[in-house]
Amino acid sequence: MIVYGVALLSVCLILGMLIGETLGVLLGVDANVGGVGIAMLFLVFASNSDIFKSLTEDAAGSGIKFWSAMYIPIVVAMAARQNVAAAVDGGLLALFAGVAAVVVSFALVPVLSKLGNPPESLDKEGAN
Amino acid sequence: MDIIETVFVRNNLIVAFAVVGVTIWLSYFLADRLTHGRIHGSAIAIALGLLAAYFGGVATGGNTGVADVALLGGIGLMGGGMMRDFAIVATAFGVHLSELKKAGMAGVISIFAGVIVSFVVGAAIAVMFGYTDAAAITTIGAGAVTYIVGPVTGEAIGATDAVITLSVAAGLVKSILVMVGTPLVARFIGLDNPQSAMVFGGLMGTTSGVAAGLAATDPKLVPYGAMTATFYTGVGCLLGPSILFFLVSAMF
Repeated sequence: MIVYGVALLSVCLILGMLIGETLGVLLGVDANVGGVGIAMLFLVFASNSDIFKSLTEDAAGSGIKFWSAMYIPIVVAMAARQNVAAAVDGGLLALFAGVAAVVVSFALVPVLSKLGNPPESLDKEGAN
Repeated sequence: MDIIETVFVRNNLIVAFAVVGVTIWLSYFLADRLTHGRIHGSAIAIALGLLAAYFGGVATGGNTGVADVALLGGIGLMGGGMMRDFAIVATAFGVHLSELKKAGMAGVISIFAGVIVSFVVGAAIAVMFGYTDAAAITTIGAGAVTYIVGPVTGEAIGATDAVITLSVAAGLVKSILVMVGTPLVARFIGLDNPQSAMVFGGLMGTTSGVAAGLAATDPKLVPYGAMTATFYTGVGCLLGPSILFFLVSAMF
């Protein structure tokens, strides 16, 4: 049943959000701390485990794949509801602050990517 | 006219599906014909979305872009936080744990590095523009972290409304630039594997920016970048009104 996969996805999101909100309260922060990331971990665990096989295979799996495939359309809708007019109205200070933060962060991607385990190419070579 | 309005408003989410579908079809058509696939169709679709958001915002004076146009209200629901998060989590389906572990440490470091670097850059720009009051400098720096961290920090430390608005604008500029710029710079910053995608998500942090930027670069990288990016705003809200504000206060 397709709805089993959709339900599994929903439960992962709700659990993740509950934990994220709780973390926010514990840390005294007015924000959800990593709720979506935690929900993603739950789904990764569920889809890599045998216990949840009946919720992630065949028709149930296609219920999850549907929402995964709807991701780009949803992102396009998200772009269309951004407050672009306010960003443009923010003036030079907002423009400079935003642009400079992005440029410096872009530049750091290759630097930090080299941290940790052997870099890059694992994807191509490690495909076997 | 009344009939059209009634039907469109009553079925606004369905209208959104149709409008977004047509936009994406058009974008892939343009990507194919005009750029011969050099620019990804979804990058064009996102750019069209942002353009529409600008005109929607100017025309209605609202703050949710094209979703403030009555006939297109469903775009607000379809592109809102609930659907976005649901779809982001779905992209994690099929991700292998081993890939996450490989980049785990670098991912965590990148979240903290990203918050601090963006903050410092934003605060420095505020100082260059002549701000000398610690609350204002901190709030604008926090805005350069994300447009959520800016107002959360500003309200916590008592910044003025004008400064809080500026911080939101700085965060919006960042988010939009990440959406548009990521596919353009991806090759130069080695953004082509799960590990660098996790670092990228942690450094940029704006969930919308990372979500759209990676979608337009390579949809396979989305779950990795999104995973770290979703921790970023929380870390920013944690550090902004506390340690970062204390450090700025000590200097100004």
